[in-house]
Amino acid sequence: MTTTQPEYKWVGTRPVRHDGLDKVTGRARYGADLALPGMLVGVVVRSPHPHANIVSIDTSRAELIDGVKAIVVGADFPVIGHDDSADAGEGVVDYRDLSRNVIARDKVLYEGHPVAAIAATSSTAARMAAEAIEIQYETLPYVLTVDEAMAENAPILHDDLITKGVSTSMGETNIASRELHEGGDLDAGFAQADVVVEREFTTKAVHQGYIEPHAVVADTGEDGRSVVWCSSQGHFLVRTQTAKVLGWEPSQIKVIPAEIGGGFGGKTTIYLEPLAVMLSAKAGRPVKLVMSRDEVFRASGPTSATRIRVKIGADKDGKITAAQAWLAYTAGAFKGSPVGPGCDCILTPYVIENFLIEGYDVVTNTAKVTAYRAPGAPMAAFASETVLDEIADELGIDPIDLRLRNAVKEGARAVYGPKFRRVGFIETLEAIKDHPHYKTPLGPNQGRGIASGFWFNGGLESSATVNINEDGTAVVVTGSPDIGGSRAAMAQMAAEELGIDVYRIRPVVADTESVGFTDVTGGSRVTFATGMAVVEACRKVVGLLSERAAKVWGVDQSEVEWVDGQAQHVLGAHSPLTIEEIADGAADTGGPVTASAAVNARGVGMAFSTQLCDVEVDTETGAVKILRYTTAQDAGRAIHPSYVEGQMQGGVAQGIGWALNEEYIYNNDGVMENPGFLDYRIPVASDLPMIDTVIVEVPNPNHPYGVRGVGEVGIVPPMAAVANAISDATGKRITDLPMSPTRIVKALMDNED
Amino acid sequence: MSRTHVTCTINGDEVEFLAFDGQTLLDALRDEVQLIGVKEGCSTGDCGACSVILDDMLTCSCLVFAPEVEGRSLTTVEGLAEGDQLHPLQQSFLEGAALQCGICTPGFLVAAKSLLDKNPDPTEEEVRYAVAGNLCRCTGYDKIVRSILSAAADIRETM
Repeated sequence: MTTTQPEYKWVGTRPVRHDGLDKVTGRARYGADLALPGMLVGVVVRSPHPHANIVSIDTSRAELIDGVKAIVVGADFPVIGHDDSADAGEGVVDYRDLSRNVIARDKVLYEGHPVAAIAATSSTAARMAAEAIEIQYETLPYVLTVDEAMAENAPILHDDLITKGVSTSMGETNIASRELHEGGDLDAGFAQADVVVEREFTTKAVHQGYIEPHAVVADTGEDGRSVVWCSSQGHFLVRTQTAKVLGWEPSQIKVIPAEIGGGFGGKTTIYLEPLAVMLSAKAGRPVKLVMSRDEVFRASGPTSATRIRVKIGADKDGKITAAQAWLAYTAGAFKGSPVGPGCDCILTPYVIENFLIEGYDVVTNTAKVTAYRAPGAPMAAFASETVLDEIADELGIDPIDLRLRNAVKEGARAVYGPKFRRVGFIETLEAIKDHPHYKTPLGPNQGRGIASGFWFNGGLESSATVNINEDGTAVVVTGSPDIGGSRAAMAQMAAEELGIDVYRIRPVVADTESVGFTDVTGGSRVTFATGMAVVEACRKVVGLLSERAAKVWGVDQSEVEWVDGQAQHVLGAHSPLTIEEIADGAADTGGPVTASAAVNARGVGMAFSTQLCDVEVDTETGAVKILRYTTAQDAGRAIHPSYVEGQMQGGVAQGIGWALNEEYIYNNDGVMENPGFLDYRIPVASDLPMIDTVIVEVPNPNHPYGVRGVGEVGIVPPMAAVANAISDATGKRITDLPMSPTRIVKALMDNED
Repeated sequence: MSRTHVTCTINGDEVEFLAFDGQTLLDALRDEVQLIGVKEGCSTGDCGACSVILDDMLTCSCLVFAPEVEGRSLTTVEGLAEGDQLHPLQQSFLEGAALQCGICTPGFLVAAKSLLDKNPDPTEEEVRYAVAGNLCRCTGYDKIVRSILSAAADIRETM
């Protein structure tokens, strides 16, 4: 699929990851694995109500309990205004809202909202103190869904909320913003259509479901500086945000990244960190806070619940003539759902002249949503890709051919504005069409579905330092937490540049005081952007090594070439000098060999995925079994194909869970009923088949190795692929997630009426 | 607060520790014995990250009180390698890229060892059901299942 295939020694190979040994032997230290001398343990007291005014908090009884060393409440933190906001890499952060999500001040906005935190010498003492804190609430009516929140006379979460993106004030509202993309002439477009399909969809809130709960240790000194250990998708982000919430300077905090046990977007914000720092400051001792799984579900993540309407018209040849979409996403307690990217992604794989897309960001009395893998795009694609499938059905056109007829390529304009550079959407469609899976016969009650998806990918800021050790090995230092094998990818690119063995490179993720600023591990950006910084730093190091060789030989540097880890004289007048020899003699040629580079990466390569799913539906129980699954994705170039496949497979598995099982269930008191892995059921090994992968490589011309980024787009198509397969098997279009057995049985019974 | 003296065998070594009232085996292993390879993902027996082998039985250490292991024998991920020789499962997880974030890996390795100790030649389906109590959110299980099957083949070859 590639146009040119350069010869690489390390890029495209599958070395054992450098951090692997620690992770298969139990040595690797994750967020909860650190213990410090004198360390206290903490608990967070959370609201039992989805919406209430805090009338009073009395901590006096709790303070008397033996072993209790510190208690903090909202009033201990500075008041921050809405005007203080910044781009955090995965969207804009309003620090006023962030601070009130970390700990409530006068009002709780969801069940699980932190109200107080305690540090004590034992967890028993901390829990007793939590019971002893007396909090008086005045409960308020609440809203859990976009329908409730957007209804006339709905209870209002924030009396100062103003809808952005509309010309006239909407008065008191729960709508934080309206997004709009418009182009062409919608009525004329639908008038040209031979077939028009319009459907309405709903999806439930789902959690990122990382296996490692949030955890932090903070050690605050008398000098007003704090050292924070935690697992996150970006320790610089943790530093900035924690400082903001505390009213400190970022430089007062040092964040040391622990290994991270999964994030999927959910660890691109802070929850516990400012509480731990403040407790530690008050107690004068280190404090550890670890969320329980119950707390993770109630108070971190999830992603939005949505209602989406999609109407698409096409002519008899399958050309899309017009498309309209309406999207409403829950943001949770504070504005900032991913409805923006939802609107940007929903129809983006296709060339559409006449369109209207509008989206609403809606606050609700549920936990504030956090980024989840291609935030906003999967639910949008569930709607649009299902409608497209129905159009293909009605026109009697193969669903891949329908997509090929409308697919974007270089030069096409995306519905949200920009023109595409070289992209590999068509190549992913062709890869699936050519795959043997597409032609395999199906049995009774079995069906096949396809769907595609788009994700932007991210650039942003990254730093890297490359140090050559005195033995000629190299340390590659970055600030990007490694969630899924990125250390290996960094080492492979460095090995390629330096011309040395990949195992003679040590890739390291350093703390906020040991490497330059680096944005989050998010937006599928690390191998792309941090990779660019690593390559640039390596090229500087090669320059230095060549300069040293020139010095040794007494020649001009232009006479030195760097080949296979050694300096060679272009005319062969001197014996080559290896990296080991140059490193060993570095003291005599100018000192240690080291170089750093920093980028704000431009030229991101956009990603497309097309997926093929076979299901079997048990018509009696409504259970859906995934029989076979194939996913094709444009990686640009796969630096470490195993971990690219892993990202593709992981995205599919999460999407299948979203499609079939996963949902937040609330009771009549607005309380989450299933905050554990028994009742919030993510896919287990026996639920899934092998997930076949086809890595499509249409290199990104803006990256030294053609990388696009692979982490997110894989979760965009699965819900539609599964829904389309269920429709193929049963003749029923399911438009509400999850497509649980109950829902399937109900749909099949409707059939019999 | 009274504490209970517990003596047991962990990874072949006799170990003594003092357990708090109500302390789970998971917490005791992590906090009293410093075996941090045993992970907590849920503490309700749903995720398998804290899996240990207790007297030949695969067990969620979060569902056992620490004093219950008095006189018994258990294996954690720290006990899989023999000296500097990795267990074939560990080797195969590395080569097969069966881990991404790695937090579930200790539990999977222990569960897989428990399976292969009893059934050295499992089918793919048997592997999938044997590790169905272990949650992984990163991999989609594909490479984990392949790596377990491949380690089983390696072990059979050397037997």
